Amino acid sequence: MQLTEKELDLLQIIEENGRMEIDVLSKMVELSESETEKILQQLEEQRIIVEYGAVIDWRKVDNFEGVTAMIDVKVTPKREVGFDEIAKNIYRFPEVKSVYLMSGAYDLSVVVEGKSLSQVANFVSEKLSTLDSVISTTTHFIMKKYKHDGTIFDQGEDDRRIVVSP
Amino acid sequence: MRNRVADHVQKLQPSGIRRFFDLAANMEGVISLGVGEPDFVTSWGVREACIASLHNGHTSYTANAGLMELRQEISRYLAQEFEVEYSAANDIIVTVGASQALDLSIRAIVDPGDEVIVIEPSFVSYAPLIELVGGRAVRVGADAERGFSINFDDLEAAITERTKAILLCFPNNPTGTMLTRDELIQVSRLVEKHDLLVLSDEIYAELSFDEKFTSFPTLPNMKDRTILISGFSKGFAMTGWRLGFVAGPTDIIEAMLKIHQYAMMCASTMAQYGAIEALKNGRQDIEAMKKSYRRRRNYFVASLNEIGLPCHNPGGAFYAFPSIKPTGLSSQEFAERLLLEEKVAVVPGDVFGESGEGYVRCSYASSLEQLQEAIKRMERFVKQFR
Repeated sequence: MQLTEKELDLLQIIEENGRMEIDVLSKMVELSESETEKILQQLEEQRIIVEYGAVIDWRKVDNFEGVTAMIDVKVTPKREVGFDEIAKNIYRFPEVKSVYLMSGAYDLSVVVEGKSLSQVANFVSEKLSTLDSVISTTTHFIMKKYKHDGTIFDQGEDDRRIVVSP
Repeated sequence: MRNRVADHVQKLQPSGIRRFFDLAANMEGVISLGVGEPDFVTSWGVREACIASLHNGHTSYTANAGLMELRQEISRYLAQEFEVEYSAANDIIVTVGASQALDLSIRAIVDPGDEVIVIEPSFVSYAPLIELVGGRAVRVGADAERGFSINFDDLEAAITERTKAILLCFPNNPTGTMLTRDELIQVSRLVEKHDLLVLSDEIYAELSFDEKFTSFPTLPNMKDRTILISGFSKGFAMTGWRLGFVAGPTDIIEAMLKIHQYAMMCASTMAQYGAIEALKNGRQDIEAMKKSYRRRRNYFVASLNEIGLPCHNPGGAFYAFPSIKPTGLSSQEFAERLLLEEKVAVVPGDVFGESGEGYVRCSYASSLEQLQEAIKRMERFVKQFR
């Protein structure tokens, strides 16, 4: 789909910072508030804007620990539907946060989140590995997040510049 | 006791920015719109190249004019981005920031009594550097009504027998004003007519938002009359590296090199290695930064106008220069009271010259959240004068 420069601008801004008030957003792209709202609505309808999200460092929240695993999955693709059908069968599970078709040593990369290590292990052994077409799984648990979707965790926000300078 | 400090230094006025720096430095919770530097950290690739140069033991002096490889990259960069050709061997010196490039240029061309025209409001260093070598800074006020463009009648009227050069800065610090190609051509006609030189401070060239940047030496017959001053501080977010460069006619560059070799020897070697990487692989980072500044400019300037501080749309750099005349305060009073009452630091316009009175410089090189909060506080401050 061919987008205008302003539409691209809007998308880039809300991708970086979804939490933006319409009056600020409209000023940034030099459009009226109603024009901005209309464009956003269109982009949502076209599913170009799929969702508005936040990047959260859950480690900092008390009693809210969880684990994330990245699972390499080898599968047997099926005639007519290729990898799509098995991918669909996997992404329907609520524990699954993302599914990618990969080139290389395995076929699907699946990101799973759970409350504990054993919960994720159970999901892999009981749900994922037992699916028809799944040949093998290799599970990697994420030990620490340093950077996620372009956002650096634990980055000092202090402005080190002197308050007034030439 | 004899005077310990030289007369010409005694006469020098301290920078008007200094007072606000001291005032704001001791306060907590200040939102600073007073900073004249990017809020980006130098890109990692450049930092890494500098570290690698240390690992490799590049810790000795370079040639006075700078590493040949860096000068070649600068030459290529100027040709590709600004369509102006300079010889790496003869026409370029790597300097300690654009500040030293400026100082060298003035020292190389100004004799005592010579006049240099400065378009005001202007960067705080211009006039003092001219005066330090015994020259006279002739200040010509820009046209505030037309977004601080040059007033050509005033400019021509200021030219005398002693005028040696015109000093230009565009996009401008502090007004953010861009000069259009037509305006620059008008300047070039005066330069030719009166046999002058131009010191063209193009340090903000990379941060031109709305139109293509015209480098002054690309204008007809101007290359031999222009000393081009630039550097890595603003576009490449490398302020603390203190690395700039100057390019110009070979005879003037030779003269500058004589001063540079005695006064400075050469720019920092490790910084020069960082700069090579910046020019080779860091140019795509500029685009991202520029986009970000442009969006913030749009938000900030529209908001200033909304809260009753009329502001022209600055075409580049990262400064807005709103009028504070509706408050009835002088720019010094406005800046001081805004700092003390609302903890927002701005720079009073009069420190950039008389024609800056009635305005303040606000840098929008801060996060959007900070800018939003600053606007809230400024609105609250301005309301009391309605």
